[in-house]
Amino acid sequence: MLTYEIVVIGGGPAGLAAAIEAKKNGIESILIIERDGELGGILQQCIHNGFGLHVFKEELTGPEYAEKFIHELKQMGIAYKLDTMVLDINKDKEIHAINTIDGFMTIKAGAVILAMGCRERTRGAINIPGTRPAGIYTAGTAQRFVNMEGHKVGKRVVILGSGDIGLIMARRMTLEGAKVLAVVELMPFSGGLTRNIVQCLEDYNIPLLLSHTLTEIRGKDRVEGIVIAKVDENKKIIPGTEQEFDCDTLLLSVGLIPENELSYNAGIELDPITYGPTVNEAMETSVEGIFACGNVVHVHDLVDFVTQESRRAGKNAAGYIKKEIKKESQTVHTHPEKGIRYIVPQRVRIANVGQKLDLFMRVDNVYQDVYMVVKINDKEIKRIKKKHLAPGEMESLEIQKDDLVCEEGSMISILLEKEGA
Amino acid sequence: MKSKEIICIVCPNGCYLEIEKKGDEYVVRGNKCPRGKIYGVKELTNPTRVVTTTVKIKDGKLKMLPVKTRDPIPKNKISACMRAVDKIEVKPPISVGDVLVQNIAGTHVDLIASRSV
Amino acid sequence: MYDVAVIGAGIIGTFVARELSKYDLKIVLIDKEADVANGTTKANSAIVHAGYDALPGTLKARLNARGNTLYDQVCKQLDVPFKRIGSLVIATNKEEMDTIKVLHRRGLKNCIPAMKILTKQEIIKMEPNLNENVIGGLYAPTAGIVSPWELAEALAENAVDNGVELKLEREVIDIKKIEEGYCIYTKAENISARYVINCAGVYADKINEMVTSKTFTIHPRRGQYNILDKSVGNLVNHVIFQAPTDLGKGVLVAPTVHGNLLVGPDTEDIIDKENTATSSERIALIRKTARKTIDKIPFHKTITSFAGLRATPDTGDFIIQEAEEAKGFINVAGIESPGLSAAPAIAEYTVDLLKNLVGSLKEKTDFKPERRPVLRFMELNAEEKAAVIKKDPRYGRIICRCESITEGEIVDAIHRSAGARTVDAIKRRVRPGMGRCQGGFCGPRVMEILARELGKDITEIVKDGPKSYILIN
Repeated sequence: MLTYEIVVIGGGPAGLAAAIEAKKNGIESILIIERDGELGGILQQCIHNGFGLHVFKEELTGPEYAEKFIHELKQMGIAYKLDTMVLDINKDKEIHAINTIDGFMTIKAGAVILAMGCRERTRGAINIPGTRPAGIYTAGTAQRFVNMEGHKVGKRVVILGSGDIGLIMARRMTLEGAKVLAVVELMPFSGGLTRNIVQCLEDYNIPLLLSHTLTEIRGKDRVEGIVIAKVDENKKIIPGTEQEFDCDTLLLSVGLIPENELSYNAGIELDPITYGPTVNEAMETSVEGIFACGNVVHVHDLVDFVTQESRRAGKNAAGYIKKEIKKESQTVHTHPEKGIRYIVPQRVRIANVGQKLDLFMRVDNVYQDVYMVVKINDKEIKRIKKKHLAPGEMESLEIQKDDLVCEEGSMISILLEKEGA
Repeated sequence: MKSKEIICIVCPNGCYLEIEKKGDEYVVRGNKCPRGKIYGVKELTNPTRVVTTTVKIKDGKLKMLPVKTRDPIPKNKISACMRAVDKIEVKPPISVGDVLVQNIAGTHVDLIASRSV
Repeated sequence: MYDVAVIGAGIIGTFVARELSKYDLKIVLIDKEADVANGTTKANSAIVHAGYDALPGTLKARLNARGNTLYDQVCKQLDVPFKRIGSLVIATNKEEMDTIKVLHRRGLKNCIPAMKILTKQEIIKMEPNLNENVIGGLYAPTAGIVSPWELAEALAENAVDNGVELKLEREVIDIKKIEEGYCIYTKAENISARYVINCAGVYADKINEMVTSKTFTIHPRRGQYNILDKSVGNLVNHVIFQAPTDLGKGVLVAPTVHGNLLVGPDTEDIIDKENTATSSERIALIRKTARKTIDKIPFHKTITSFAGLRATPDTGDFIIQEAEEAKGFINVAGIESPGLSAAPAIAEYTVDLLKNLVGSLKEKTDFKPERRPVLRFMELNAEEKAAVIKKDPRYGRIICRCESITEGEIVDAIHRSAGARTVDAIKRRVRPGMGRCQGGFCGPRVMEILARELGKDITEIVKDGPKSYILIN
């Protein structure tokens, strides 16, 4: 049996940052387990720029961002295993993993950091009717084919979903010579960053069809066409608004889901909204000594925030090993209310809060000119004016330690209030 | 002159900029940082973009090398740049930041590697 | 010149071919698709029915009852997952309870063993997640679940190992009577055989009409389904049917042999024999109907929807006989439900028919009833896993993360007899792409392995049919 103080599962941006931070906080024995053939995770196929503005104050491509961490990790001598798949983890922090070189391994960890990231939602998950031909790809799969393997996936393309990956792929496919006919979005607003709508769609005259949905896929062997239609405010199809596209390819960019099979099988509590583990202020899951960070907890829109969150997880996992974390403490819960979909962390042990507590959340709709209101047991402690809020953009706020006047079982709730209400 | 509204794409903040030409001067409003002002003026006078793409790797474990233009290039040079990139094949070892093509497509901007292989 | 040509490599054609391979015959199994089991066999309810449903005296009733009893042995021989989990037909009112009693009496006439009419309490104890309004039901412990396509692939493999020639991508264009039998025309080649067995599913009428006048019609009757994630596969423990009413047969809710949850089907008569498209209205309908059984089915955990075509004959019963106008041409047609359940018995029955036509068939002395066992990595314990990887490191590389399928298993599926040639063929055999991510991650890797093992360029690898290209050259 192998033994490490900290085992990090996943060598993408979350795992890299967590491992580096744990080492900086005095942990010597760390292992990263990565299932792919190289470190860096999904960043390696995100060849576009826009990464690193918060963490490095410069604009980097995905591979450049990853390389900075990989370089630092190697300099620090942190161990990692590539092409290695974790089969299961248990509550005693025993990990079973396999690869072609070491074979079957049992690894005992003092603390585990889950950093498995997320996966894409598929056609089945959103129940798109029609035939089942070749030519339907999730945007990420197409991205891998194009950017990593150098293949072409199609000539005439429609993209369903205007999340960032969909927008980025609209530009990428265009640059690679395909004709992107439209990006189709069910909601009345795009799920992606505004800058991506400008530089990926508007720059190339690709139409963005909001409040539209896919009603049919045609073609027996390969996609031959698709039909879309307009939807009303209840997302119901408006009859007579159907339009056909003659295309050979459909890309799906219809959301990401934290990848939590290992967490679920380990008996870790999952949040029904985020689909990720519930965590406390230390990014520790419901199982003591198992931490989680990055997209496995909740899907982030910027890798910079993944890095920041993962550094906290790495630091706290180190603190856990060094027994610096106070386990006995008043615990309060966070609670999303009107307008807020979820809050991370879900639990806060007051004794471990430093000068301030950072909370992260997403809203459930597009809002203009609202207040984000923080309450402890119905007593308002903070109110922040927000000009523009959208579900596609993660929000965060700080609560000063002095404001955290609460007792065991208290509830920190966050809600939106209209201006003047 | 009427003002023009554009969205800043310098960073993921996506500020809504309002740009007005007053004589020879441009006045930019809505930007949260100085880069927004520079972007706003440039977008009206000479819009530019960083191009990110891939080039083939010869005899490597990886098949494609991610690359980018070191600086933004004029928008109307993007397709010329892509055509030039298409013709390139590179051989490892390569370090991140290595110049692969100088002055790509006559833009006076270098094409550089986005990762090491 | 072959002794026997079997047209159609679905569950019926493969069962017939494998049954024939026990005898000293030169046999060819022909299919128009790029893989076996690529029609109705890959898209149905996957249920081995107990046999109370069919009207006594019909071929359906007789062969269902017999077929059901043969499943344990054949699945064991071929190492195919089969679980005899039992079925429940549930009633929610008095009329439905009366129907249950009718089914029970019918089952007794069909000699179905161990059936029992259960009270509400007994049912809720067996199936705590059912809606409260169930008042009773019919329990048939001999019903089971199976993976029909895996069974057909295993049958094809075993048949090939016993000397059958499998010819895929051979669409039959015409059949002509020749002196000694029949000549079957396909685009690629002409195939001659003394006897022809027509197991062509929804196309069985078209194949029949190549040699005789129109004697029956096969109508495609579409049914749509939802497959839900494994995390909800244990919502029910048995196959749950709704009591049939004047409005329809209802939909079933059942676990699959791989632990997913299956919900469906509806019934819709269509024209096009290739139309396996799903539709939002129909999926909504099966969901609504299924909620009458369990209102808390978490449909947001659906991983995919699919549609299959039943080969419904205008005669009401299976058509298994020599064509009157074409000697030596045997139709095995109209094999709709309970066709899967009856399939092993249909094979026996068909081979008996052939025996009568030929006079006698000589049994082989070297028939191998068993298939080389399939190594399913995740079913091994820790020591076995370690040992397997040591022996073949390819079992140490997980390709499909959702279903934890190793490279070793995929390579094995390619190199078996009747092995996989396409991405979907791999998926049907060893399940990468069947899980939550539906192949998003493993698809490109499966293509690389296929290209490498088959000595092809990756752009030549197709999803399913020859025209279902994935990458552009």
